[in-house]
Amino acid sequence: MEPLLAIVIGILVALSIYLILRKNLVRIVIGIVILSNAVNLLIFTLGRLDRGMPPLIPAGESVPVEAFANPLPQALVLTAIVIGFGLFAFALVLTYRAYTELGSVNVDDMRVAEPAYKGEELPETAITQEEDKS
Amino acid sequence: MNDLLIYPLLIPVMTAALALIFFKNRDFQRWINVIGSAALVGASALLLYSVNNDGIQVLQPGNWEAPFGISLVADLFSALMVMITGIKALAVSIYSLGDMDERRESFGFHSLFQILIFGVNGAFLTGDLFNLYVWFEVMLITSFVLLSLGNDKSQLDGAVKYVVINLFSSLVFLSGVGIMYGITGTLNLAAMADALQDTEHTGLVITASMMFLVSFGIKSAVFPLFFWLPASYHTPPITVTAIFGALLTKVGVYSLVRMFTLVFTQDIGYTHTILLWISVPTMVVGVLGAASQYDVRKILSFHIVSQIGYMIMGLAFFTKIALAGVIYYILHNILAKTNLFLVAGIARKYVGSYHLSKLGGIYKAYPLLSAMFAISAISLAGLPPLTGFWAKYTVIYAGLEIGEWVVIGFALAVGLMTLFSMTKIWMGAYWSPLPDEAPVVADKNYKEPTEGQKFALFFPVILIAGLIVILGIFGEPFFSMLFDAADQLLDPSMYINAVLNP
Repeated sequence: MEPLLAIVIGILVALSIYLILRKNLVRIVIGIVILSNAVNLLIFTLGRLDRGMPPLIPAGESVPVEAFANPLPQALVLTAIVIGFGLFAFALVLTYRAYTELGSVNVDDMRVAEPAYKGEELPETAITQEEDKS
Repeated sequence: MNDLLIYPLLIPVMTAALALIFFKNRDFQRWINVIGSAALVGASALLLYSVNNDGIQVLQPGNWEAPFGISLVADLFSALMVMITGIKALAVSIYSLGDMDERRESFGFHSLFQILIFGVNGAFLTGDLFNLYVWFEVMLITSFVLLSLGNDKSQLDGAVKYVVINLFSSLVFLSGVGIMYGITGTLNLAAMADALQDTEHTGLVITASMMFLVSFGIKSAVFPLFFWLPASYHTPPITVTAIFGALLTKVGVYSLVRMFTLVFTQDIGYTHTILLWISVPTMVVGVLGAASQYDVRKILSFHIVSQIGYMIMGLAFFTKIALAGVIYYILHNILAKTNLFLVAGIARKYVGSYHLSKLGGIYKAYPLLSAMFAISAISLAGLPPLTGFWAKYTVIYAGLEIGEWVVIGFALAVGLMTLFSMTKIWMGAYWSPLPDEAPVVADKNYKEPTEGQKFALFFPVILIAGLIVILGIFGEPFFSMLFDAADQLLDPSMYINAVLNP
């Protein structure tokens, strides 16, 4: 089971890195989501995979008597999923807002905060570069 | 068992909740923010006092015994960081009364601000690796919202870069957490350090440590992972920039110091040499980037990067004096750097711009503001007798002791370049005459800030400048505390015993 999951994680990470390196912001965000799922699987796998060993305490005992599957990685993954979901929602809204305000999802076109240097003598270009309106 | 540890977390989150309950009442939100921050200063001072007197304080919330529950741990380093966070929160919350615009305030700026402080304090106090990740996320999501609050074009642009790179770094961090859990079977930092003391899997541990290095490296903006910082930090209002510049990167540095003194000490020759060779280009590239900029905020943003280099350098030296220097450097940098941002914000209120070519005549018109800039700038550049000098002196002295001549040479050169940058701002904004195209001259509707606003803007700046002078001139008792903190960092068994064998 572990080798299979390791291969799956590897494929997911490779896929997400490929997507993150694209110029389209939507693809980048999807890449981040896939990466977060890969990381969740990684935590799950590293917490040891055990089958058919529920962490149940028999009647009359105060601790489990037999070996049991580790419930902690599942709690960690659950937390990470919830956090990742919130961040994903924010990233999507931000992408949408950036698209409506800047008119593009291509990250190469997003140069409002850092305008490209146009190559003339410095003080003049430096003057025309900035001024926010806030 | 010590309840003092919970207050630096409870106070900000309660304040944020109260501010949210009175969402429509702007005045109430403003004052609750200041009052909450003031209470936080009090609580952190109590914590620092008790840690300084009684040693490392540990709280096991819910009475879960150490490796099973989530511990809150305050050693001197944490307590000092919480203290400076409180001071910073108070200063910036007062400053925000004069600087924040109504629109941003009505969208919940004050509660976001308090939750940011909540996340930062949590990251400083937690003794659990996964919990550290959660605090990072609390801090990140509020910083995302604060950065994009207001929806300016440039803010959204900066926020996109900031969000993407930080999400990526969190995921790297999380996989590191997973690997460390797989190796040690625990998430408690003390238990983890204990389990790793005689591990055979040194190679695996060092691999995991590199994931933490990359993740915290992105968060603390070290070379070559810092490019998001100058791309985003100048876009939000100056209040937000000031609190970001003060705290967020420092949380990254704090985590680096914590992990690489407590957990990853198996092969110092390898990991800390990497840290050393990261620190040099961080210093150099940061200061060169600053030299090429003409926007005050961008100059200061690049200087954040450059100063991070000094802190990483001190961590890499890994001696008692060096670690004391690192802590002093972090505290000094938080004070001096935010004060420069705040002063730049006041200058913009008066002259209308952040750009050196449009600034001028401040020295003639506003001598008090110039004095405040001079104190902070001299401190940042590292001239005696202010904090910056002692911070640099300590770190560099530690380097000379162990004979890292090349690195020290770079550090000294970068100090000189910092002075050059500060002089550039001084010449461009303070000594030069007010240029004809300055926004204030052009704008007929320009109004000076009201008296109340002026007070809110100047009071925190004067307060911090005073702190810089006091810590610089009367720093001796403070330094003995720093050496104690460095002792605690260098001897992980103190931390481990405080958590595991109370």
